Amino acid sequence: MKKTGVVYDGYPSKEELEQSPGFPNTCSLSKGTKAVIECVQNIPCNPCEAACPYGAITIGDNITNLPILDVEKCIGCGNCVAPCPGLAIFTVNMNYSDTEAAIEFPFEYFPLPNKGDIVDAVNRAGEIMCKGTIIGIRSAKVFANTNVIKIAVPKEFADIVRSIKRLPRK
Amino acid sequence: MGEKEQRRIIEHPILPELKDIKKVTIYYDDKPIEAMEGEAVASALMNAGIRSFRKTVKTHEPRGIFCAIGRCTDCMMIVDGKPNTRTCVTYVVDGMRVQNQNGFGIDSEVVK
Amino acid sequence: MKNFETEVAIIGAGSAGLCAGIQAANAGAKVMIFDENHLPGGQLFKQIHKFFGSREHRAGIRGYEIGKQLLDEVEKSGADVHLNSVVYGIFDGNTLGVVEGDNHYSVKAKKIIIASGGKENYLPFKGSTLPGVMGAGAAQTMVNVNRVLPGKEVIMVGSGNVGLIVSYQLMQAGANVKAIVEAAPSIGGYGVHASKICRAGVPIKVRHTVLEAYGENEVEGAVVAELDENWNVVPGSEQNIACDTICLAVGLNPMSELAYIAGCEMTYIPLLGGHVPMHDENLETTVPGIYVAGDVTGVEEASTAMEEGNLAGISVARALGLINDEEGKEIADNFRNRMLNLRSGAFGEGRRIAKATQVEAFNEFQAKEGAK
Repeated sequence: MKKTGVVYDGYPSKEELEQSPGFPNTCSLSKGTKAVIECVQNIPCNPCEAACPYGAITIGDNITNLPILDVEKCIGCGNCVAPCPGLAIFTVNMNYSDTEAAIEFPFEYFPLPNKGDIVDAVNRAGEIMCKGTIIGIRSAKVFANTNVIKIAVPKEFADIVRSIKRLPRK
Repeated sequence: MGEKEQRRIIEHPILPELKDIKKVTIYYDDKPIEAMEGEAVASALMNAGIRSFRKTVKTHEPRGIFCAIGRCTDCMMIVDGKPNTRTCVTYVVDGMRVQNQNGFGIDSEVVK
Repeated sequence: MKNFETEVAIIGAGSAGLCAGIQAANAGAKVMIFDENHLPGGQLFKQIHKFFGSREHRAGIRGYEIGKQLLDEVEKSGADVHLNSVVYGIFDGNTLGVVEGDNHYSVKAKKIIIASGGKENYLPFKGSTLPGVMGAGAAQTMVNVNRVLPGKEVIMVGSGNVGLIVSYQLMQAGANVKAIVEAAPSIGGYGVHASKICRAGVPIKVRHTVLEAYGENEVEGAVVAELDENWNVVPGSEQNIACDTICLAVGLNPMSELAYIAGCEMTYIPLLGGHVPMHDENLETTVPGIYVAGDVTGVEEASTAMEEGNLAGISVARALGLINDEEGKEIADNFRNRMLNLRSGAFGEGRRIAKATQVEAFNEFQAKEGAK
């Protein structure tokens, strides 16, 4: 049988994510916008902890601990998305509209999309899954050129879409 | 990739846009090539679509950039008449003449 | 030939050398740093990703910004940086031979720190000498420092952090990465780096290798094939992939020649890249007064190189009596702890053990010498 998981596929499996303490479950996600931390390996890294203004992310003294998300404290502000050096944090709002979910993801390619653009939304493997509408682009000096893009996609893709297809350079 | 195609990365998502580039001209086998002040000879050639820098002594195989930090000597060329010049750590000067090198480059045996 | 004297001479103005210089000079030592390149910073300025670690390791800051910080700090520290200066040898355990442009001089130092870095490994295969086959680090220098695309269609060989990060940065620069091939059964680098590559739609082919690069005078394509469990090519699995560039990210090795020339005892640790000088917990080698820091003493990443530089710098300051020994020990312990933090977890544990082996080798050697 083909082995799956981040070390074989390059992206975490459903099981790896569900076992990860930074990955909110469906119940938590139904309560509002939450950070979704897709960090499943013990790597020495902790900027997400300090990035959260609400103390919702904990790593502790051992910086190879996995980040733990306190879903009660997390308000889904998305301030942790750009500071993650691994570009592994997203936010998901299951109830952006009756039919759509909103997903925020880090984006470091050129050119950037524009608000209102309809683009190809891709999953963790980079496969085009559906069309999505760009509903926000956040850039800040502290983000150090990591842009945070918000996209609206049909609800069934909330746990699937994690980025967009790179746009062609002029 | 064709020689005329742009390889210079002007706009970049992370690094500042390259603005007000100071241009200098170097000559590759007598052909003028536009280079950016301060860059390595190898990078100016690469921007012009030239990637084959020399031919080996015995089998006359082409060689180009490998390490880009001055260690491997694969990118050696004849620069201003001086053979065996590592072009990845030699920087462009206006009017510099660069020649493809054949073998050891001694007696200025230039690759046609 | 002119002769100069200094308290501390450092070879290499990269991550480790600069940090060593800053620590030693801030403690009051007269420091000279030599680097063969025309600009300081070593490989930091081509690293445009945000570093990992914690705040004390400058996590979240992009490598080239860290480079700028270090240059600023080194300038304030008063350490003297000599560029275009090749150190070609260390004589009598305390004197450097230096060629700076057309000048040739010697530098006698009370303490020497070798921070000469590492260089990329090569991988031989049919056509691997064709122009267009290059080190991943070379491609990274081209796009991020020289701002030139080495090619537009790239195959990356190796899925360690270098292969993953450089693939990503080639895409940021506008190239297409057609595939990453990895001979091992699993991806070598951080999952988060691999995930970025996957989201961009680039296949990471584990148990695959490049058999051949082909092309008239430059790379025009590669033959990639699957490997079985015994690392043999699966017959019939060969496929042609058109590309103009093949990057090799197959590890680095320490540039430990100067340490070897100086008479430092070496030990062979494959996980650290090969032959590395033995050293004690203060990074002093078997030649008294000669210290090592950074990739030269075991290939890791820039974050650990900076910490080793810090430790070497504070160690020489202590040895010169420039700081109170008690206080110096505390600072050194702190740097050692910071290193341990980086050498932990799924990826760092092996390096922690390997580095401990290196210190053990030093202790064994000294015990044997003492017994003579």
